[in-house]
Amino acid sequence: MSAKRESTRPIRVLVAKPGLDGHDVGAKVVVRALREAGMQVVYTGLRQSPQSIVDALEREGSDVLALSILSGAHLPLCRKVGQELAARGAGEGVLWVVGGNIPASDHAALKELGVAGVFATGSSFEEIVRFIQKEVQS
Amino acid sequence: MSGNGEAPLRWESGLEVQPVYDAAALERSGGSQGVGAPGEYPFTRGIHPLMYRKRPWTMRQYSGFGTAAETRERFQYLIETGNTGLNVAFDLPTQCGLDSDDPMAEGEVGRVGMAVDTLVDMQEAFEGIDLNEITVSLTINGAAAPIMAMYFALARRRGYDLAELRGTAQNDILKEFVGRGTWIFPVEESLRLVGDTIEFCAHNVPRYSAVSVCGYHIRESGADPAGEMAYGLAIARAYVDRVLERGLDVDSFAGGLSFNFDIHGNLWEQVAKFRAGRRLWARIMREEYGAQKPRSMQLRMIAGGGGGGLTIQQPENNIARGAYYALISALSGTQTMALCSYDEAYTIPTEKAARISLRTMQILMHEMGLTDTVDPRGGSWFVETMTNEMEAEIVARLEELAAQGGIVKGIASGRVQAEVNRQAYERERAIAAGELRKVGVNCFVEEEEERSVEFHPYRAAEGEKQLERLVEIKRTRDADAVAATLARVRESAASGENVMEPIIAAVEALATVGEVCGVLKEVFGTYPEPIR
Repeated sequence: MSAKRESTRPIRVLVAKPGLDGHDVGAKVVVRALREAGMQVVYTGLRQSPQSIVDALEREGSDVLALSILSGAHLPLCRKVGQELAARGAGEGVLWVVGGNIPASDHAALKELGVAGVFATGSSFEEIVRFIQKEVQS
Repeated sequence: MSGNGEAPLRWESGLEVQPVYDAAALERSGGSQGVGAPGEYPFTRGIHPLMYRKRPWTMRQYSGFGTAAETRERFQYLIETGNTGLNVAFDLPTQCGLDSDDPMAEGEVGRVGMAVDTLVDMQEAFEGIDLNEITVSLTINGAAAPIMAMYFALARRRGYDLAELRGTAQNDILKEFVGRGTWIFPVEESLRLVGDTIEFCAHNVPRYSAVSVCGYHIRESGADPAGEMAYGLAIARAYVDRVLERGLDVDSFAGGLSFNFDIHGNLWEQVAKFRAGRRLWARIMREEYGAQKPRSMQLRMIAGGGGGGLTIQQPENNIARGAYYALISALSGTQTMALCSYDEAYTIPTEKAARISLRTMQILMHEMGLTDTVDPRGGSWFVETMTNEMEAEIVARLEELAAQGGIVKGIASGRVQAEVNRQAYERERAIAAGELRKVGVNCFVEEEEERSVEFHPYRAAEGEKQLERLVEIKRTRDADAVAATLARVRESAASGENVMEPIIAAVEALATVGEVCGVLKEVFGTYPEPIR
């Protein structure tokens, strides 16, 4: 999935925490890093349902949906978010990335659900920023 | 590392470290008047006169996953291999006060800890374990009231005298708003619940630690070591204030407060942090609150974990880090030790990883002589000088916090969270820039392929089993008793009377964690997360 946007405005990113996981250090530092890189970032806070995430995505007109999950529940959670995106036709033109505690063996399954980039713990700010800039600009 | 030896060197907390310390340096920092003797005020050298010679630290690895039956098996394994305490991990639905059949619980039941819906689950988890022999620590915060109620109910049913029952609940809700995130109710109502549990324990379970104040998760969320201690002490003070407002005598409950601190970072900085924190807490309790009993002034703690210091790169290096963290916590006079296992940056520890952590502590205790004598670094010019300087730094942080309106206001407004996160960001940047060195991350890096960590399997079938059990219990329990006891919980929450007896009655009638929290939510509302 590649995103399209008029090139004059900053890239809009929605950072969301689906499910019940309370580990938000990663999400919040990534919010700061993306803002430093000139992006417009909205953070949802904890315990978001698939519905509330897609609501926020539509409300903000985001180019990028970035989910942060460290509980290990990334597959069921992303499956539900993917279903909600599809049901509402909200995923069109949105770059979907996921970060957190995600084993390499699950990356392929996430990509099948429509996730364009997976950033496991240990990824650098630079990698994340570069990927988003490249994928959204192209 | 090499250098000319003269470039200034600072710890994370901002203290400058000199190349050499002597008696004059110690004098300049305030001298050795505050050192005292172990077991005596202000407890700089430890809270017991003989420390590990008489009371070796408790080994209490954090564990729990799947159903109560699965978790009990792991508990038994841990006890067989030599753990002397248990530290229970609950799954996220339980921690957030939701039942296993809640739509938000889908995919999370039993995943990061044990699933508990009713008293039946809690009873099963501890079946066959002697609760006097093995003390149990419950890592539960937002949903602490119903889970503590279940623990007391099961202990009573098994014939334990609550007046003698020991154990700990984490029950530190203020830090959940800063890090960890398993809050449920708004800040003031959450504080009221903590007050209710402390008051209940002071009257009924006096040897139980109703709260374990956690600097740990605030450090994990980004604070530096001095900040970790300052936030922890400020939070503890907030709980003391709330309970004093109820008219309780400080010595009737302060001994039930314990602490949980982080260990990662510079070894000497942590040692100074703990010695300074212990002294400062004693001073606060005696001088500010007029405590008389030594136990009220003693900072008792669990320390040894430091998840934020472990790395996903070259995971076996975390075994070495764990050993150093254990050493730091022994040099710091901890009462209880729990290490993060080497695979914990990825997954729930395997039995093997949990065993390595335990053996690490046992090697330290039985081979290395760490228990031979009390506070072996006491009297070192360096350590005592830095302890003095660290204490002054923590006092300065506390004053700054007070000038900004105090910890409760700072957390409710989100200011504390924003400040701690700013520090987390700065730390990440410093690591990325190589200013803060992490072996395997920004130096001595190796190309790694698939990393050699075995993942703990999540068994969805266990979640199904839990759901079936819940459905069956809901079908067969006395629905009228559940409704009546929940109505009493609602009434007590609204009237301001202590909620603990009504909650115990409700869980005994097999009301669920979700139902008890649901009733409390109706009265208290939920926490509006401040987002920046």
